[in-house]
Amino acid sequence: MYEFEFKPFEEMTPEDYATVGFMSGLEVHQQLLTKSKLFCRCPAGRYSHEYHAEILRHMRPTLSELGEYDGTALMEFKTKKNIVYRVNKETVCTYEMDDTPPFMMDDEALDTALEISMLAGLTLVDEVHIARKQYLDGSIPTGFQRTAICGIHGSVPYGDRKISMIQLGIEEDSCREISDVGHLRIYNTDRLGMPLIELVTGPDMRTPKEVAEVAQILRKMMRTTGRVRRGIGATRADTNVSVTGGTRIEIKGVPKIGMMPLLTYNEAQRQWNLLRLREELKRRGITEETFSSSSVDITRILKRSRFTPIADAMKQGHVAAAVKLSGWAELLRWQTQDNTVFSREISDRVRVIACLSVLPNIIHSDSMSETLSGAEWKETKVALGCTPDDTIVIVWGAAGDVDTAVKEIVIRAKEATVGIPSETRQALRDGTTGFERILPGPQRMYPDTDLPPIRVVPERLARLRERMPVQYWDRMRRYHEWKVPEDAIEGLALSPLSTLFDEAVTEMGFGVTDAAVILWRYPRRLHRDGIRTEVLPVDGLRSILNAVREGKMTKDGVFSAMRRALKHGFDVEALPPRLERKDLASFIEKAKQQVRYAKLHDEKNIPNLTLDRVMDEVRGRIPGADVAAEVAAHFAKEVLK
Amino acid sequence: MSDKETYKGYKGAALAAMKKFGIRVWSDAVLTTEEDSFEGIVLPRSETADGDHIVIKMATGYNVGLRCDRILDAKEIGYKEAHYKIPEKAFPYDPKKERVVLFGTGGTIASRLDYRTGAVIPAFTPGELYGSVPELADICNLETEKLFGVFSENMGPEQYIILAERIGEEIRKGVRGIVVGHGTDTMHHTAAALSYMVQDSPVPIVMVGSQRSSDRPSSDAALNLIHSVKTAADCDIAEVMVCMFGPTSDEYGLLHRGTRVRKMHSSYRSTFRTIGDIPLAMVNREGYTYLRDDYKKRRNDREVKVSAVFDDRIGILYYYPNMKADMMDMMIDNGYKGIIIAGTGLGHVNKPLYPALQRAKDAGVAVYMTVQTLWGYVQMYVYETGREMMDLGVIPLENMLPEAAYIKLGWALGQTDDLEKLREIMLTPINGETTPREPYNGYLIFQGGIPEVDEFVGTIRR
Repeated sequence: MYEFEFKPFEEMTPEDYATVGFMSGLEVHQQLLTKSKLFCRCPAGRYSHEYHAEILRHMRPTLSELGEYDGTALMEFKTKKNIVYRVNKETVCTYEMDDTPPFMMDDEALDTALEISMLAGLTLVDEVHIARKQYLDGSIPTGFQRTAICGIHGSVPYGDRKISMIQLGIEEDSCREISDVGHLRIYNTDRLGMPLIELVTGPDMRTPKEVAEVAQILRKMMRTTGRVRRGIGATRADTNVSVTGGTRIEIKGVPKIGMMPLLTYNEAQRQWNLLRLREELKRRGITEETFSSSSVDITRILKRSRFTPIADAMKQGHVAAAVKLSGWAELLRWQTQDNTVFSREISDRVRVIACLSVLPNIIHSDSMSETLSGAEWKETKVALGCTPDDTIVIVWGAAGDVDTAVKEIVIRAKEATVGIPSETRQALRDGTTGFERILPGPQRMYPDTDLPPIRVVPERLARLRERMPVQYWDRMRRYHEWKVPEDAIEGLALSPLSTLFDEAVTEMGFGVTDAAVILWRYPRRLHRDGIRTEVLPVDGLRSILNAVREGKMTKDGVFSAMRRALKHGFDVEALPPRLERKDLASFIEKAKQQVRYAKLHDEKNIPNLTLDRVMDEVRGRIPGADVAAEVAAHFAKEVLK
Repeated sequence: MSDKETYKGYKGAALAAMKKFGIRVWSDAVLTTEEDSFEGIVLPRSETADGDHIVIKMATGYNVGLRCDRILDAKEIGYKEAHYKIPEKAFPYDPKKERVVLFGTGGTIASRLDYRTGAVIPAFTPGELYGSVPELADICNLETEKLFGVFSENMGPEQYIILAERIGEEIRKGVRGIVVGHGTDTMHHTAAALSYMVQDSPVPIVMVGSQRSSDRPSSDAALNLIHSVKTAADCDIAEVMVCMFGPTSDEYGLLHRGTRVRKMHSSYRSTFRTIGDIPLAMVNREGYTYLRDDYKKRRNDREVKVSAVFDDRIGILYYYPNMKADMMDMMIDNGYKGIIIAGTGLGHVNKPLYPALQRAKDAGVAVYMTVQTLWGYVQMYVYETGREMMDLGVIPLENMLPEAAYIKLGWALGQTDDLEKLREIMLTPINGETTPREPYNGYLIFQGGIPEVDEFVGTIRR
């Protein structure tokens, strides 16, 4: 059944993906727009690489609530990392550093999480229970992430199908990794503790393109609340991929939706090719039961090696070891992803688990590149008792790390006889994935004893339902019907001002185009002018629209009123009274006085300049056409005189 | 199984619903509401939580609570009782290694989760504890004995006495060192009590706890245990000590003298500080950095003086401006035999308290003065107030910490009612509870924000 061979990315058809049984689901992480972090009073959303202190910690695995150690937990403990946190005094307090228990969950954040749960059609829970999800990589100083489920079992329309939503969780964001070399991992803590939601879909996407499209839909849906953060890193997604006979593999932290198709393609390809490798091994008679390997210390053989990485290691008094994989000849060159072969699977494990992070960290006898001398290979082969059917993997480094590496090489090779190991993988820039860690199971969850459960009372939900936006896809359909200008449709439907737009059109009597200009074009113009429009005051804008409707100001005064309102707020009472044409005479006289002192190229410009000056004074108090007519009439009279 | 076990923590409507649908705690159940159904394991409920919700653990590992009046139907499809247990390994015996005894008293270092209260309760046996810290086997042959299972705040004279006597017995049997696992809140009280009750020990007596419970990956418990067991096994200091984190980083522990140490932060890892003096030593996995040489050295004999007595008719009066005399009158009227005042500044209270001080003197109640500034000496001769108070029988206690003084007064009253003898015991230091001089670096509380301090903190991992 594994005859199918992956074609280049561009040539793969939906039928090809159906052949390999491509399945993919998403875990979309979205930061929420709140003033404070989720469990402390630190300001949210302030990022800086500046730091004022460093704290060193280690992580040890603990038992879950149901009494079992988790696989990832044990792996991370094997790596024995020194973890250093960089602390900026403006963005981090003693809570993030795990020296103070949590404060109650931020209400603003929970409101938004519940609101988005409702948008995703989820059944809400009645009591939010905060759990601790273990992370022994150190990305959170407590060693766990505080996280809680708000709702389960929903769906979102996609074409003529529905994509199922498994759950929505609210959680604190983790640290940003600065570096991870050998036994030292350094984290920046500015992002730590930021409120985040995680929306998890079912494995319903059938092609890489669908993955990206659904990710876009979810991102946009969350945006319509106006209560989520935007910008780099504010929305991240983990992507789960599997093929027939494969394993659910999680690709962590894909920063751009545009990368998803290639990443999921490569991951599907990797799984498929690993299954094909298993078939090849089986053909050679290598199964989990018959798998055989041996290892030997070859420090003595390589003592005077000229291969630079090993020569450097020897200078530092390090050791080298060789592992024989019986019957594996040529298989370390087995293609897994684009431009990637099986030896990378081994190298990745050695890097992460044995902390041998300087590459290359292994060499092997299937490789064509120049490494050891012929004599060194020969001696190693003799030491291991190799036949031409076998493959040799060589690793070097500090003695303890090499011990771990040898074990890990054997573990990874043996796993190939079984299938695809459960793990999380990193998204790499070239569109391939690399090993990150063993996939953690539900065993890593246990209740947070520091915080009581939070009741979600019906009154709260009623209030949130009230403010919940209409689904943007419904809105877009309506805007098409209303003939909203084409370029404004999606932007308006996603804008937090869309509810006000609907209100302006259906209740306040504004024309569709006028409303679109005021609530779509104007905010964009303000934004281009460098005015912060992220948090446009909806109530202020509503009172501007009302003032226009009630005739207290004219349409052409709206833009400047908005600009003022963003800086000083909007006060209907402070609006100057409306003007009639007859009131304009004094303004015209004043303007003419000013223009008289201006240096002019051409006297003919006087009427236009006068009109500009008058408009500056009276904009919004009388329609511009009336002013133009009055000014024109004034100059016409003057000529007659 | 009793109802209490079957429906652990549930009450009211939730309990009724469980009985109605035939589900119980640890049922793998499907709960159906009007709009949806939830599948998971029914968890015990915290006893302080309301009686309206049922909590389940879903397959994803997450817990959620459902209001029972929304549940239309529930079915048990399986049963899975959880056993929260650290794999208990037999501690390997190595004839070349020394014998150390670890006494468990309860508290955070020996704790696990409790579903009913949702809180951390003292429950790990010390045996399980080293099942999770295998490094201990490289240090010594560890024996453990669980003496009590109480929270730190419930430790009192009864426990001090048992603990002191058991330590004495072990020393006479030739133990190499003693470790006492203890909750951190009152660890300094117990450390003071043991300092007075177990004198001239030939071996280290090390108190240890943790600020982050051992059920979490970032716990300081493992490192504190390693440091304290190591100290008991091979440190040269034969005193009652507290061994806890020096900085908040996983760098080193500090060994504090039992009479001069105090918990100074409600939650920090590095909460224990030596007050008015410097610690005895730093300890890490490799060894010690001795910070002074006037400590009592380890000996090879088995001689120890145990004097485990305590009279608990004593109290601490924390003075505040405008305190009324009736605060002290209440203590006198209720038969208190001794009062430690934590006075302001150099050891002062206001004049309205003088009549009460006079009453205490007349009633034969021993009144001693300490300072609520914690650092510095009581110097009652400086101001008139102080001199007047001394005339009223108040005895200054030098730089003894209020808690160390409180414990010492209880211990001294356990030996004598004679006020003169009492005074002699109180003013004769057993092990550093008063010191003749305060070193210039005995009071270093760096003020954050000052450029030079921030620069220091930025370079040195605290």
